[in-house]
Amino acid sequence: MDIFANLLHGFAIAASPLNLFFCLIGALLGTLIGVLPGIGPVATIAMLLPITFNLEPVSALIMLAGIFYGAQYGGSTTAILVNMPGEASSVVTAIDGYQMARRGRAGPALAIAAIGSFIAGSFATILVAVLGAPLTRAAQQFGPAEYFSLMVLGLIAAIVLASGSVIKAIGMVFLGLLLGTVGTDIETGQERMTFGIPELSDGIGFVTIAMGVFGIAEILKNLEQTLSRTVLNQKITGLMPTLRDMKEAAPAIARGTVLGSILGVLPGGGATLSAFAAYSLEKKVSKNKAEFGRGAIAGVAAPESANNAGAQTSFIPLLTLGIPPNAVMALMVGALTIHGITPGPQVMTKQPDLFWGLIASMWIGNVMLVIINLPLVGLWVKLLQVPYRLLFPAILLFCGIGVYSLNNSAFDIFAVAAFGLFGYVLLKFGFEGAPLLLGFVLSPLLEENLRRALRLSRGDPWVFLERPISATLLAVCVLLLVIVLLPSIRSKREEVFKEE
Amino acid sequence: MNQPTTRRALVGAFAAAALLGAGPALAQQYPARPITVIVPFAAGGPTDVLARIVTQRMSRSLGQTMVVENVGGAGGTIGVVRGARAAPDGYTLTVGHLGTHVSNIALYRRLQYDPQTDFEPIAPLGVNPMILVAKRGAPATVPEFLAHVRANQERLSYGHAGIGSASHTAALMFHAATGTKVQDVAYRGTGPAMNDLVAGQFDYMIDQALNVLQQVQGGTVLGIAVTTPERLPQVPNLPTLAESGLTGFDVAIWNTLFAPKGTPQPILERLNAAAAEAMADPAIRTRLTELAVQIPSEAELKLGAFKARHAADVARWVPVIRAAGATAE
Repeated sequence: MDIFANLLHGFAIAASPLNLFFCLIGALLGTLIGVLPGIGPVATIAMLLPITFNLEPVSALIMLAGIFYGAQYGGSTTAILVNMPGEASSVVTAIDGYQMARRGRAGPALAIAAIGSFIAGSFATILVAVLGAPLTRAAQQFGPAEYFSLMVLGLIAAIVLASGSVIKAIGMVFLGLLLGTVGTDIETGQERMTFGIPELSDGIGFVTIAMGVFGIAEILKNLEQTLSRTVLNQKITGLMPTLRDMKEAAPAIARGTVLGSILGVLPGGGATLSAFAAYSLEKKVSKNKAEFGRGAIAGVAAPESANNAGAQTSFIPLLTLGIPPNAVMALMVGALTIHGITPGPQVMTKQPDLFWGLIASMWIGNVMLVIINLPLVGLWVKLLQVPYRLLFPAILLFCGIGVYSLNNSAFDIFAVAAFGLFGYVLLKFGFEGAPLLLGFVLSPLLEENLRRALRLSRGDPWVFLERPISATLLAVCVLLLVIVLLPSIRSKREEVFKEE
Repeated sequence: MNQPTTRRALVGAFAAAALLGAGPALAQQYPARPITVIVPFAAGGPTDVLARIVTQRMSRSLGQTMVVENVGGAGGTIGVVRGARAAPDGYTLTVGHLGTHVSNIALYRRLQYDPQTDFEPIAPLGVNPMILVAKRGAPATVPEFLAHVRANQERLSYGHAGIGSASHTAALMFHAATGTKVQDVAYRGTGPAMNDLVAGQFDYMIDQALNVLQQVQGGTVLGIAVTTPERLPQVPNLPTLAESGLTGFDVAIWNTLFAPKGTPQPILERLNAAAAEAMADPAIRTRLTELAVQIPSEAELKLGAFKARHAADVARWVPVIRAAGATAE
């Protein structure tokens, strides 16, 4: 097959000492910025753009890609250790990962996150190489109407995320949707709920909310108790997952990988949804539903695998069409453009070195990340033994730096503080942060695609049912609702919703 | 670095400042530290790429690094406001384009800067021509396409990258010139819009050549026409709108380096000279040409020469966009 020859060619390029070096730099930097709360790949790559001027385009791209997926690995670290998700994909990881850490199982949680990510990344890399072109054509079937229906499905499935009250979960989802509407409306340019504050004109930042509602609120809660305690409730038991852990996590990794690979191909919302979807799915099929929300290892393995698989397959639109599906990849296109290469639909034939070299480097990068991350597990877990009175000011400091670096604006720091207080109130009343954040992330996608679809159909709502994919997705929504509402299977619903 | 020289320079600067007043002395020693260049859009876009290529070369002539800072958001207004309010000392410059410095006047009722009086142009950095592209299967020749748009105004839709973006501005001008009114569909940026055009979700859009050339050459979208008076060397077969019935149609996204109003003349001259030097560098010229950027002529590069073009564009397009009824805010 041609693909093997091409892949070999790609490995020959990616495994050159220079490119290996840049892959390592990218992976290391990515891990670092993933661990530092707030500082994300977009800011980092923007800062590094001038450096890439003097590199070969392939090396530059390999390094930038390394930063991107390195951040996916690193982002889960803070989510697990201090309940501080750095990006949308690690919000779900925080739910069970942090609980594992509190039970002294931070080691296995971190390790399974790295292992799951590696397996998912390897599988997704092969998928990109083999099925890139047909997957692109499939993703092209997704127009505004399909996206809208997919987001509806995502929201309905999201209610399952809640481990407590369903009513409260629905409330949180809607509050999230509402928060997501803050900012300038893209169709009319009208500012909504910005109160004349220019910093709000582009909406509230995801990191701002996640950091406040999860991280800061957790710190406030911990400070209710005496300062001498650490994050840990119990003694640390083992750094690596046991055989039982692996058995529990394996099917979750497999399902998460498949789900993440599929959703990752959809530009825009896909990758965001994958971690949430994988978690919901795992919770539904798991035999130990009661464990979810209290430190289920499958609840860490599934979303981590899904988000890494999604991160890899989200390269597909960029590699096959030359269209960047997210902000990070738009920056990569910029880096290439500065070199005089504008990626397009012919990138595979015109720039085979770039195309296959990047794909091969993705796999090499994943190997490097496992090698970097597994030995670090011990170090991270040690960090938890630092007395809390020293740990929490450090976390706050890094949060402050990270969030300031997003827009170089002090406003964001105050916003994080405000959301921290808000998150604390939510915690006190037993509301959960995950559905809120999912609603927030999906809100613009839901609204914009609804309006886009209706604009294109000149206001005809039937468009959602006339298009087969959209209709199917909506049918699944209805099916889910029916299952929930039918009395005969009410006992089943109890199982899904109430794990107490 | 060269410590003694820097120190001597500083001593000299202070001495001179004491004797002659700060202005001219500072200008003599300018630039003494890195210069920030605000690009009011996300990194990686056409304006950003252009700014980075040119300022990197300018850094060499100035002997100081020019650091690009991307301050995106709200149609570029957030970054431009920051640039307008910066100290007029030549250490904070702003890259503006046709959107931020012309169409925003019409789009924003309470624009917090005056593009003409708050800024002093240093030099044009290059013009990004635009291409009208349609989904595959649309009528391919310009007259057929224009007839198609005129006949099916109620059914067609065009895409753009957001209110006030280059693609939005150009489309408003196109519709004003053709006397048509077509439903718009807004996206967050060029990428998602192009994705949906390739998939055939909407009918056409007008975007910067840099963004669409590869798609046109790859056959994923249909190139209809160029928006500048001359054809582009990269796609010589593509006619211009001006030669195909829309006489005089000329829309291109100029990008210009601005300093805040009140910047001392010697500093402006120094920066202008550095920009002119960069534009004369064959390596830069090759690079910009590869990116389909039109390089300003020597006459256009003269300090202050840009003001006339700016004023002409404001006079020409602001009423057109106002008449189209588009607003932001």
